[in-house]
Amino acid sequence: MLIQTVAFYFFATLVVLAGFSVVRAKNPVHGVLWLILAFLSSAGLFVLQGAEFVAMLMIIVYVGAVAVLFLFVVMMLDVDFATLRAGMARYIPIGLLIAGVLLMLLVIEIGDWKISDQAAGLRQSPTPSIETTHNTLALGQIIYTDYVLLFQIAGLILLVAMVGAIILTHQRRSGVKRQDVLSQMYRDPSKSVTLKNIKVSSGDQL
Amino acid sequence: MIGLEHYLTVATILFVIGVFGIFLNRKNIIVILMSIELMLLAVNINLVAFSVHLDDLTGQVFTLFVLTVAAAEAAIGLAILVCFYRNRHSIAVDDVSLMKG
Repeated sequence: MLIQTVAFYFFATLVVLAGFSVVRAKNPVHGVLWLILAFLSSAGLFVLQGAEFVAMLMIIVYVGAVAVLFLFVVMMLDVDFATLRAGMARYIPIGLLIAGVLLMLLVIEIGDWKISDQAAGLRQSPTPSIETTHNTLALGQIIYTDYVLLFQIAGLILLVAMVGAIILTHQRRSGVKRQDVLSQMYRDPSKSVTLKNIKVSSGDQL
Repeated sequence: MIGLEHYLTVATILFVIGVFGIFLNRKNIIVILMSIELMLLAVNINLVAFSVHLDDLTGQVFTLFVLTVAAAEAAIGLAILVCFYRNRHSIAVDDVSLMKG
């Protein structure tokens, strides 16, 4: 129990620290690295709660794909980040005001609420016992049955995002020779082949 | 003993940091996108915390869908950013209002 408490406070502090460093990082590359730390420590929080599948997904999807995508874009674009940071101090008061109000609202909300008596009866898919079914198996058993439609739609969203990203960033370069299948297919032999009747041992000018 | 409230507090702080980041870096769209990722992470922590507390797996299923949408959003956002950079050679958010007239 003590180890759990220590681990929770360790990961929680790390998440908050890393999140704050993302926001105030001077160099966006450092920001992305802090973001990776935030994702990793939140994966630690998920493991602590017994949600291993989500934790591993967090590491694979966020750290392995999204953060690397950010890193690529930050490094690929030659942007002067110092000019983007100019006048940052102007936005601190309004940012602090809105963040403070939001924090107060959420603290009030967390401080004064309780779970309804009927909550246990209203569960959609109660967690099976950990002795018989581990987390990944239990999730798989409901994703592919009760939530199969949502699962398919999630796949469709990813497909649309992929097609959209490719179309947006694809650029056609001029001066590059490419195969044009249609023009090859419609090529007319009568225009491209000439037959000449050559006398024996005379030769011909091409 | 670490209960539901502890996780909710972490998620709240993280969400507020995300909102603060959007206001703080309102010229740098890359950091804005990263702040949005932080906010979605806070939402995921909330969903998993409630899912474990109530013994209901639905919360974790929804975490997967939030994750999917977050990944799609980051990919599209960065694609638009790259596209914009090619045209304008800058990523300052102020320049995006060019078409406002």
